[in-house]
Amino acid sequence: MKENNSSEIKWTRVIGEEHNLFKLKLNELFKYKDLLFRFIYRDFVTLYKQTILGPIWYFIQPIMMMLAYVIVFGNIAKISTDGIPQPLFYLSGIIVWNYFSECFLQTSDTFNENQNLFGKVYFPRLIIPLSKSISGLLKFCVQFLLFLFFFFYYLYNGVIINPSYYIALFPLLLIVMAMLGLGLGLVFTSITVKYRDLKFFIQFGIQLLMFATPIIYPLSSIGHSASQLKIRTFMYLNPFTHILETFRFVFLGKGEVYIEGLIYSFVFSFIVLVVGILIFNKSEKTFIDKI
Amino acid sequence: MSDLVLKIERLGKMYRLGQFGTGTLSHDLNSFIAKIRGKDDPAKLITHKNERDVKAIHDFVWVLKNLNLHVNKGDVLGIIGKNGAGKSTLLKLISQITSPTEGLIKYKGNIASLLEVGTGMHPEMTAKENIFLNGAILGMKKEEIKKKFDDIIDFSGCQMYVDTPVKRFSSGMRVRLGFAVAAFLEPDILIVDEVLAVGDYEFQKNAVGKIKEVSENEGRTVLFVSHNMGSIRNLCNRGVVLNQGEISFESNNIADVIEHYQKGNSIKEINFNKVSRSGLGNIQFNDFKILNVNNVETKQFCIGDNIRFYLGLENYTQSNQSVQIAIGFRSSDDRVCSMIGNEYLDYNISLKPGFNSVKCEVFEVPFSSGKFIINVILKKNQITEDWIKDLTYFEIQGGSFISEAYTYPNNYNGIYLKHKWDDK
Repeated sequence: MKENNSSEIKWTRVIGEEHNLFKLKLNELFKYKDLLFRFIYRDFVTLYKQTILGPIWYFIQPIMMMLAYVIVFGNIAKISTDGIPQPLFYLSGIIVWNYFSECFLQTSDTFNENQNLFGKVYFPRLIIPLSKSISGLLKFCVQFLLFLFFFFYYLYNGVIINPSYYIALFPLLLIVMAMLGLGLGLVFTSITVKYRDLKFFIQFGIQLLMFATPIIYPLSSIGHSASQLKIRTFMYLNPFTHILETFRFVFLGKGEVYIEGLIYSFVFSFIVLVVGILIFNKSEKTFIDKI
Repeated sequence: MSDLVLKIERLGKMYRLGQFGTGTLSHDLNSFIAKIRGKDDPAKLITHKNERDVKAIHDFVWVLKNLNLHVNKGDVLGIIGKNGAGKSTLLKLISQITSPTEGLIKYKGNIASLLEVGTGMHPEMTAKENIFLNGAILGMKKEEIKKKFDDIIDFSGCQMYVDTPVKRFSSGMRVRLGFAVAAFLEPDILIVDEVLAVGDYEFQKNAVGKIKEVSENEGRTVLFVSHNMGSIRNLCNRGVVLNQGEISFESNNIADVIEHYQKGNSIKEINFNKVSRSGLGNIQFNDFKILNVNNVETKQFCIGDNIRFYLGLENYTQSNQSVQIAIGFRSSDDRVCSMIGNEYLDYNISLKPGFNSVKCEVFEVPFSSGKFIINVILKKNQITEDWIKDLTYFEIQGGSFISEAYTYPNNYNGIYLKHKWDDK
C-alpha cells in the first residue's frame, strides 16, 4: 500500500533522470530573472569602483585605441579607409570588435571564474553567461554614444557621410554578434573545464581572428585578382566580415554588403548558439567534479 | 500518514581518483567507444568502495553507493559521519550542484541550500547591494527581499554598515550578514552544512534558534550536517550515520544515532610499551579505556555526560597490594583542570598478584569544550610505582549540560556548574 502511495506523489523535481538533451529549462531561467538583473547590476557598478574617472574609462579605452590605430595603421602603414574619416573608420571597428571579444572572453571563463559560487549554490548556470553578454551590450551602447558623437561631429563639419536606410539592420547586427560571442563562449567554457589547453588557444586565437576581420582595413582593399580571391573566399567565410562591412555601410555609406553573406552570418551564429547551449547544459551538471 | 517530501533511491556517485592529466582524453575515448558500442563503461567496472585510509589501486571510487533515504515534512534530519564519509557529496547532490552517477532524488517544493553563508557576495558592493545579490542567488524574488530588508538588517546586527562595502567588514560580520539573508529564506526543504561553526556566541544562538523556529513553527524540513554532536542533539529529531558512502544507521532517536556514530569511531589501543613512564614498576598500568554510560569506548563526550574509566593493572609482586590510583586532567593549553583518585574518597583498592581491573565513573563532567589530556599515577605507601604522562585524551564538544538551552559562549573556558534558578 505504502509503495502505491509514494508513486502517486507529485514530485516537483526528480534529479538524476535521463534528461532530454533539448529540454532547456527556459521556465526556470525565467524564474531567476531577478538574479540576471542583479548580476548585470553587479558587473556594472563594481567595474570602476574606487577609480577617480569612473565610467569615463568606458570612453578612454576606445579613444586611445582609435588614436593608436590612426597613427600606426592610418599614417605610418597608410592603409586605406575607403574614404571614410580615419577616426570614424577605426572607432566603428573597435567598438564592434570590443563587444564581441568581451562577450566571448567573459563567457568562455564562466565555469572557471565561478567555480566557488557554482560549488555552493544552485541556480541555472546559463544566467552567468547571459548576464555577461547583456552587460557587454550595455558597455557597447555607451561606447556607441562615443561613435555617434564623432559621427555627428563629421556630419556637422560637412564631411560627406552617407548613412543608409538599411540602418534598420543595426539591431540585427547586434543580435548576430551577441549570439556569436555567447555561443562560442559557451562552447569554449564547457570544453576548458576538463581540457585547459584551449585556454591558451583563446588568448591568441581572438587576436588572430581580429586580423582576419576587416577592422583595420576595409574589405574593398582586397582586390579580385586570382591570388586575392582566395583571401576573399576566406574573408566571406568569416561571419564578422559581413557584420563589420554592413555596420560601416549602414552608418558611413561605404562597405560591401551581401545579403547572402548576412543570411550566412545569421544562420552560422544561430547554430553556434544552439550548439553552445546544448554543450553547456550537458557539462554544467557535473563540471564541478571535473574542474 | 506522514508526508514524504524527499525520497532518495539507489543514489550513487562515482569520482575519479588522482589528477586529470594527459590520460584523460584516452579515458574519455574509451568510455565513448564503449558507449556507442552499447557496452558498459570500462571505467565503471573496476572501482573502489569509499575508504579514506586504504590505498587506492583503481582509478574510480564510489563516494556514495546505493543510498536510500526518506524524509518527511517537518523532519530535522541530522547527517553525521567521519570526514570523507560522503555527507557533503550527498548535500551537493540534493542541492543540484552536481549530478548523481546513478539513482534518483525526488523532492516536493523548493530546496535552499546553505553549504556556505554569503555565497557570491561581492567585496566591492555595499551590504545593502549584497543583500539583494545574495538573496537573488538563493532564489528570492526582488519584492520578497524588499519586504524583508529591514528584518534582515536587524537580524544581522550590522545596521551601522548598511552602505559600507563588504570588503571592510570583519569576517564574522560577513557571516552574520550572509546568514541573515539565508534566515529569511522560505524554502520547503533547507539544507545546512556546518555553517554554524563560525561566528560568535550571539550569532550561534540566533542561528540555532532560527533553525529550530523554522522547523518547529513553520513545519519546514531541515537536513543538517555537523560534527558538533551538541548541536545535532539540540536540533534534530531524526538522524542517519553515513559510513563509507552508505547509511550504516538510521533512527528517530537522535541519541541512538550519536551513540552509534561514536561507537563506530575506531579507537586505537594504547601501546603501553611506548608510553613514557616512571616509577618503581612493581605494579603497572597495562590497559586504559574511556567509556560512555553504555560502556562503549569513545573519546567524544558532551558537556555534562558521565565518563567511565576502565583500568587494567598488573601486579608483579607475589602479594596483595593496597594502592592509590589517581587520574589527572589537563587541557590542551596545559592548564591543570582536575583530578580524581581513590585516596580522596577514602576508598581502598587492593590488588591481587597478576592482572586486576578497576573501574571508575565521573558524573556530569563540567568541563567546557576542548581536548583533555589524561595522566595516570599509581602509588603504594606514597611511593610512585607507575606514572604515565599524556597517556590518552578525550574531547568534549557542545553540551547537553544545560540540556534544552544553548552552550556557553565559545570563549568561556571555565567549568559548568549545575545550578537552578527560582524567581517565585
